[in-house]
Amino acid sequence: MDKKILKLLAKDSRTTAAQIATMLGRTEEEVRAEIAEMEAAGIIRGYKALIDWEKLDSAAVTAMIELKVTPKAGFGFEEVAERVAKYPEVEAVYLMSGVYDLSVMVRGKTFQEVAMFVAKELSTLDSVTQTATHFVLRRYKEMDVELIDRNTDDRGNILL
Amino acid sequence: MIDYEKLMNPTVCALKPSGIRKFFDIANTMDNVISLGVGEPDFPTPWQIRNTGIRSLERGRTRYTANRGLAQLREEIAAYLQRKYGLAYDAATQLLVTVGGSEAIDAAIRVLVQPGDEVIIPQPSYVCYEPITQLAGGVPVIFETTAQEDFKVTPERLRALITPRTKALILPYPCNPTGAVMERADLEALAEVLKDTDIMVISDEIYSELTFGGLRHCSAASIPALYDRTVTINGFSKAFSMTGWRLGYACGPAPIMTQMTKVHQFAIMCAPTASQYAAIEALKNCDEDVRKMVEEYDMRRRLIVQGFNELGLTCREPKGAFYAFPCIRSTGMDSETFCEKLLRSQRVALVPGSAFGQGGDGFVRASYCYSTEHILEALRRTKLFLQQEGLL
Repeated sequence: MDKKILKLLAKDSRTTAAQIATMLGRTEEEVRAEIAEMEAAGIIRGYKALIDWEKLDSAAVTAMIELKVTPKAGFGFEEVAERVAKYPEVEAVYLMSGVYDLSVMVRGKTFQEVAMFVAKELSTLDSVTQTATHFVLRRYKEMDVELIDRNTDDRGNILL
Repeated sequence: MIDYEKLMNPTVCALKPSGIRKFFDIANTMDNVISLGVGEPDFPTPWQIRNTGIRSLERGRTRYTANRGLAQLREEIAAYLQRKYGLAYDAATQLLVTVGGSEAIDAAIRVLVQPGDEVIIPQPSYVCYEPITQLAGGVPVIFETTAQEDFKVTPERLRALITPRTKALILPYPCNPTGAVMERADLEALAEVLKDTDIMVISDEIYSELTFGGLRHCSAASIPALYDRTVTINGFSKAFSMTGWRLGYACGPAPIMTQMTKVHQFAIMCAPTASQYAAIEALKNCDEDVRKMVEEYDMRRRLIVQGFNELGLTCREPKGAFYAFPCIRSTGMDSETFCEKLLRSQRVALVPGSAFGQGGDGFVRASYCYSTEHILEALRRTKLFLQQEGLL
């Protein structure tokens, strides 16, 4: 398995198999086969666009919710996390070390909507003992990409 | 009224300005230009190097250093050259830290060249050797490298250019703009030609870290027969992405370095202090950063070479530096016309090969110091241009 393929796709998932093959000095067929294999093995989980929603009027609200969980018989962290992950409002779920247990990224249209989701859905889950909601105010960087508009190529015209 | 033309040094006034200035003046008036023109890394200087520079300022290290450069830096450079290229230079007597490789080239030529001396300069190459030679009163003798010979300096044709007035040979490898490198056997063949002469070699190895395809740079002075006749020039700009720090160095025989130090002392005093401290960090702890940058360049290099070849613009594999040098003769245009038309029609800026010497006509230089996305867009537009011209 070639981690370089993954690195290139992580940087730009639109890079074609042919381009990757050229850059790594391999054949297109090899690269195609490896990508297919990594997709089948669940190493590559998807290809998405990184969108700066704040640029649109329809910007969504995102919050990071801390959940404290008391595992019960037959309903441990794993089960709670999988249950939480099922909600379409939930973008991401992580098991954390430290003072709380699950970190949940929730997206909604308004602050109100997110708050209500937490109150009605997450905090009522059995074994969830406490929640804390932190709204995201502004995004500066996501998935390695800075979400800041500026001309990043400030190289002078020293051409030779 | 003062007639300035009359009072200024005619040698300076006669220097040809860079041939591509007007070309980029056009580019600068246009929007949405995709340039592959810039000859400097797009990576920022690795963070720990920057941080070391900042810390040196915080600690108030803001004074001159020794003329030759910080002793610790010179020792690190000597250790680095030994480790990387097997070169043995004494940090105290054979090494001078300069303001970029450029100053080192200037000082070396000024120390060696007397009026009327000939300097053999391979072209296409970086544009400074000819004017600096002329400023020293020397006579540039051009060695035209060719695609057929992989843009190398070859022994027979070198021998043919040597006269009793030949003072020095410039070896600009890995080469901007051709991407050519000189391997050990190539250098040994030249050593054979230079044997029994007093011709000095000025080996500009600023791109030494950037060689590809498993090829390791071979330093001219690592050929035993060349060591005593070589001034090695290198620096931090390309290897460590430190162009703006302006830091380079020269190494060579002690008597020559003593005189170069005098030139440096009177013209410059010393290289920038913060840059020198930062450079110590670069040499000590940044091998991994360099490796990653080289790996990235290598991928872009393959992509751009393949791209030009697919467009029918024959592009030999550049083995070093960060430029592709495709041949555009198949278009029937000279390189300036090609570049100007491409710029006006598709807003892609390449550098005409003729900017690097007459022998560069028929080629264009495309830097791959750009993201793959940027490179692919430039190739896409170049394809459109060739289609418009009925060439594809």
